[in-house]
Amino acid sequence: MPDLAAIALLSDYTLRTVALGSAALGITSGALGTFAVLRRQSLLGDAISHAALPGVALAFLLTGSKASLALVVGAALAGFVATLVVIGVVATTRIKYDSALGIVLSVFFGFGLVLLTLIQRRPDASQAGLDRFLFGQAAALLQSDLLTMAILGGIALALMLLAWKELKLLAFDPDFGSSLGFPMRALDVLLTGLLVVAIVIGLQTVGVVLMAAMVIAPAAAARQWTDRLGGVAGLAALFGAAAGVSGALLSAETERLPTGPTIVICATLIVVVSLLFAPRRGIVWREVRGRRDRRRLRVAAVLADLLALERQHPQVEHGHSAGVLSVMSGGALTTLQALEQRGLVKRLGDDAWALTDAGRARARAAE
Amino acid sequence: MTSGQIEIQVLAVVVAVACAVPGTFLVLRRLALVSDAISHSILLGIVLGFFVTGNVNSPFLLVGAALVGVLTVVLVGVLQRTGLVREDAAIGLVFPALFSIGVILISRYADGVHLDIDAVLLGELAFAPFDRLVFWGWDWGPTSLVVMSVILALNVAAVVVFWKEVKLATFDPALAVALGFTPALVQYGLMSLVSLTAVGAFDAVGSILVVALMIAPPATAYLLTDGLARLLVLAAALGAASALGGYWLAYVLDASIAGAMATMAGVFFVAAWLLAPERGLVAAARRRARQRLEFAQTMLAIHLANHEGRPEAAVESRVGHLDEHLRWDAEFAERIVRGATRRGLVVERAGLLELTPRGRELAQEAVAS
Repeated sequence: MPDLAAIALLSDYTLRTVALGSAALGITSGALGTFAVLRRQSLLGDAISHAALPGVALAFLLTGSKASLALVVGAALAGFVATLVVIGVVATTRIKYDSALGIVLSVFFGFGLVLLTLIQRRPDASQAGLDRFLFGQAAALLQSDLLTMAILGGIALALMLLAWKELKLLAFDPDFGSSLGFPMRALDVLLTGLLVVAIVIGLQTVGVVLMAAMVIAPAAAARQWTDRLGGVAGLAALFGAAAGVSGALLSAETERLPTGPTIVICATLIVVVSLLFAPRRGIVWREVRGRRDRRRLRVAAVLADLLALERQHPQVEHGHSAGVLSVMSGGALTTLQALEQRGLVKRLGDDAWALTDAGRARARAAE
Repeated sequence: MTSGQIEIQVLAVVVAVACAVPGTFLVLRRLALVSDAISHSILLGIVLGFFVTGNVNSPFLLVGAALVGVLTVVLVGVLQRTGLVREDAAIGLVFPALFSIGVILISRYADGVHLDIDAVLLGELAFAPFDRLVFWGWDWGPTSLVVMSVILALNVAAVVVFWKEVKLATFDPALAVALGFTPALVQYGLMSLVSLTAVGAFDAVGSILVVALMIAPPATAYLLTDGLARLLVLAAALGAASALGGYWLAYVLDASIAGAMATMAGVFFVAAWLLAPERGLVAAARRRARQRLEFAQTMLAIHLANHEGRPEAAVESRVGHLDEHLRWDAEFAERIVRGATRRGLVVERAGLLELTPRGRELAQEAVAS
């Protein structure tokens, strides 16, 4: 079965285009999304992608072309203007960042819908296809679209790598960066511009409504597996590509399965797995470690308590009840039973416990 | 106007006002993007409710969808408390996922029934008058108008009844806790109202435009006025104006009503941003220019006062000397001298500037302070 799928993938022109296109978008948005997530600008991606809609519509109205380059350029310009408006509103009014984002994304999007309905009512019915920018349609990708995506994505990634250490500085300590004489504001503009590019090349496949998730999810997942920026960005690119390809292929192969939402669900699954199982940070991992630590702590506490009690009764070998030990460190009985099996504690009577020689040595060593 | 047109406009105004009330608190509490999250994720609630009840207008569906909205906020909180992702990323992870599930369910199982994806984004304001609520042999008007009126009444009632609690929890949550109130309760109450309003408005204007109506009018009002009560009233008025303006814009252009409403809300915002008295960009620029002139006139007075009655006064008090001494270009110096003369601070005699008593007083005051 996998063989069949692989053969189909290699031979089927549409599937190959779809797979390559969604891989390109996943890699670019994953890698550049890393910076957005680290800089707490995750939702800027949401605003940019919604704001791209009027750009797409205007580009079509002005050029009459459905070529993806024209539409992508329109989308990018609108996304960039939206970012500038957000920054301008925050800088010159008392309106906060969240409200500025909310206004920009909804108003730009509303304006985009007005333009879309205008286009739909034009007599020349050549507009079909702009709708796919709402929820994305991987199956409609053409080879020329793929070329546009690959070139733009490649340029964005190349610029990111060229400015890598400056961008790293921007993400972690911009004040230090400006004290070193780096043009931090220009770098900020560059990074935002790259994010805009990453978003607009995904619009045809994922759609404006959900593209934000492709910026956030791969980076949020990758962050759980490693602490190094390079590692996070690389892993995010990988996760983005995986989500993009699997979602797009599923959607292209299944009837009535919209592409954007399917890709987003794939990306979300990656996030869930990462949050649960990533080593060190993952929730399951943390839970396991927490239990182990608590058990170790209880063992150490019971041994220490027994040693202390023993010193107060030096003349005879004397057993102490689990109740007494529970008062001292709580819930001692199960720990005592476990320690008995390990030969560190012995049972002198029904409820009378004392250290063995090995246990005494352990307790002294821990002091 | 036909009765249908009037009904659409009334509905648009009711939706806008109902959104503006909880929206004001979202803007003040920096939770604007929660409206984005909720308005998207309630789609899942609507779809699930539709599967259960088989009826898009069932009140159970409204409540169910509103619960999913609150669940979104809870999920974001849970995700944030794990410490693995920050708040903005948590929001951006939760709502696209829930929204995607909703869209997939619609396109696979409910396509063409009564829910379709275009309506999700655009709303169907223009069709609202056709779906009428009729019972007890009486036509109560368009169903969505009745539903939204109830929600509006609920929002207003909640704010009026819990006025001081809401105010306290919004502006000083720490004091609210100290006084024995529970801001978390206010928070979840607000989230419930936002969800309910979003669900009701969703039908009329679609998910993303709910965000426009919740955030843009209150933010515009925030540029124009202070005080919670004035803010609420102005936000509601701006929302209503956006609704009516949007309706007629859409009528003229023959375009999406909901989109035009959002556009008008944006136009009002930009207008306030530029032109607001005191806080607008234009007012701020004029204030800065005026302050610059006043400062320069004071500098001139101090300069003249310094050299007054001394031998060098003949040189220092020439208008032509100012460019050298205060580093003003000739044109600017001319303007300042003219302004200062008009204000009665200096007089010019035979090419020399002399302070008037008022000018002397100003210089002394400025130096003393």
